[in-house]
Amino acid sequence: MAALAIRDVRKRFGTTEVLKGVGLEIENGEFTVIVGPSGCGKSTLLNIIAGLEKPTSGTVEIGGRIVDDVAPKDRDIAMVFQSYALYPSMTVRQNIVFGMECRNVPKPQRAEALARVARLLQIEPLLDRKPAQLSGGQRQRVAMGRALVRDPLLFLFDEPLSNLDAKLRVEMRMEIKQLHHRIGSTMVYVTHDQIEAMTMATRIAVMHQGEVQQFADPDTVYNRPANLFVAGFMGAPPMNIFSARVEATPNGVQATIGQGENAVALALPDTCKPHAGRAVMLGLRPDCIAEEHRRFGADAAGLTIEAPVEMSEPTGAETIVVLRIGGERALARVSPDTRPAAGSRARFSLDMRRVCLFDPGTGMLIA
Amino acid sequence: MALGSYTGKGARPVRNAPTRVLLHAIAILLAAAYLVPLAVVLLNSVRSAEEIAQTSMIGWPLAWAWGNYATAWSDFCIAQTCTGIQPYMLNSALVTVPATILSTLLGAVAGYAISLWRFPGHAWIFGLVTLGVFLPEQMRLIPWTIVLRDVGLSNTLTGLVAIHTIQGLSFTTLFCRNYYLSIPQDLIKAAKIDGAGFFRIFARIVLPLSPPILIVSTIWQFTGIWNEFLYGVTFTTGTQQPITAALIALTAAVADAPQYGVQSAAVVLAALPTLLVYLFGGRYFVRGLTAGAVK
Ligand SMILES: Nc1ncnc2c1ncn2[C@@H]1O[C@H](COP(=O)(O)OP(=O)(O)OP(=O)(O)O)[C@@H](O)[C@H]1O
Ligand SMILES: [Mg+2]
Repeated sequence: MAALAIRDVRKRFGTTEVLKGVGLEIENGEFTVIVGPSGCGKSTLLNIIAGLEKPTSGTVEIGGRIVDDVAPKDRDIAMVFQSYALYPSMTVRQNIVFGMECRNVPKPQRAEALARVARLLQIEPLLDRKPAQLSGGQRQRVAMGRALVRDPLLFLFDEPLSNLDAKLRVEMRMEIKQLHHRIGSTMVYVTHDQIEAMTMATRIAVMHQGEVQQFADPDTVYNRPANLFVAGFMGAPPMNIFSARVEATPNGVQATIGQGENAVALALPDTCKPHAGRAVMLGLRPDCIAEEHRRFGADAAGLTIEAPVEMSEPTGAETIVVLRIGGERALARVSPDTRPAAGSRARFSLDMRRVCLFDPGTGMLIA
Repeated sequence: MALGSYTGKGARPVRNAPTRVLLHAIAILLAAAYLVPLAVVLLNSVRSAEEIAQTSMIGWPLAWAWGNYATAWSDFCIAQTCTGIQPYMLNSALVTVPATILSTLLGAVAGYAISLWRFPGHAWIFGLVTLGVFLPEQMRLIPWTIVLRDVGLSNTLTGLVAIHTIQGLSFTTLFCRNYYLSIPQDLIKAAKIDGAGFFRIFARIVLPLSPPILIVSTIWQFTGIWNEFLYGVTFTTGTQQPITAALIALTAAVADAPQYGVQSAAVVLAALPTLLVYLFGGRYFVRGLTAGAVK
């Protein structure tokens, strides 16, 4: 059974259409991450799921029940807001138990639930403070606590970790992931952070301009992005995109990037054969371009090319090299001890098994 | 030289000494002009009628006639009843206190509903309510006469309470609505998910953030209603009158033998509540008008 089904939801504010027909079907116990650039409608979608905002059209189903006419409090959801939304005049303790108070949960049960989340989120010493006396990270944990004292069908998180420092963020990320494993609730989680998306999600929904561009598991989103937008949005640095021509030769299918003496021909997997003779956009992740002797997978010698180097940026764990392939700029992630000099030429090994081809007109993935 | 130099970041204090002296002189002159009536009334309130008659309306007390206050309070005759201003002060209090509390609380609820619940048509309702701020009093006299007659509240303090509560709503709703706009919508959303309804959210989340604007609204309403004269004199007579209306009757009754001393004492006593509110509440008023609900 779908824990949450969103069917063709549209939302208009005045004349601007913020959501343009969003459809998602989320299974019980799934951890769905919604990513997308600022202003693409993520918070609006969450508000519609929660019943805080009415969609212009479309339906929302929670736990198999159509909830279009159900008040937020009766939708069996808990939500963590992007702005924390802690009640300023209440102490942390009162903030956390307010929901239970409204639902007439008996006092002993309230105290028990409070103690449990306070321990989980390490906010025991803060219980008698007001929100104004807390740091950003502490506020965020209290906001999480307010949701976690409940046991709802659906958790909605709107960028709950965005204001934490790096260390606390990693800790909280693991906490949430473990929590999800333990209680098995269905969670919808909005974030800007790619690592969060890749590590936490069972499926990722990539949104852009009010539409879901792709809804798939993290590997698929990363390796087989549905279109050029997803290819460019996911991954840091993003996927390299070249305009190329696909040609069938006696030796197999190949893609040619660039013109004249700059032109580089790259052998393509046989699956690309149907596109021979077409102009395409060719996508290759930076992690598919490495130093010459890297072996991608099992096969002996892969494809290597020689290319001019524009710049090398050591980051510690790896070196990011800016190079040119067929005259077009590309990024490569090479081993940290490889640092080709700017202006030199170097050889690189390419993993063409993970190449993506996109239609230059529609931007959709074709192979 | 010009008055100071303008730097673009607000006027700087005037440095030039002669200019500063001139500015202060003008300010003091204006302040004195405003304060002269108050000073005359205060001085006359402790002078006997004979002394005022023999010397002049303006003068320093020769003998301190503190008795004027006692007379004004409890003995003086107004329109054939010799009770002093005491019962009329009580009338004013019985009108002002309930009307102030009711209009402030109702205005807070209305402002909360309009600013934070965004029901369909909220902008229209807000426009209509605040239109009341701009309608002149005289225009509303006849409608109120009809309403009070039809509901049977003519010549009653309850009628005045009703008028002041309803008319005060225009101001109190405007004050509170503007103040509540600074409360983030997300707070209301979070509380809705927590299961709180309209009044619980008001009582537990909005009201605790409201003291600054409630103080503004209370001060504004209290002074406005206490000092109000037109409705008091139009809709009540005799023993039902508030103090502002009774003071006029007081001057009319003694037109033949002027009792300026006692009258002045009565005026001072009548003005005392609002003066005290100003003295003790003035700074909260200014602070509340500029405050936001949430930092
Ligand atoms: N109440 C509203 N009235 C008018 N426009 C709105 C309203 N709420 C949101 N919008 C607009 O809808 C668009 C989507 O907003 P939303 O808050 O959903 O974006 P978001 O994806 O959550 O962005 P961010 O990542 O910055 O939080 C924005 O362009 C925003 O300006
Ligand atoms: Mg958002």
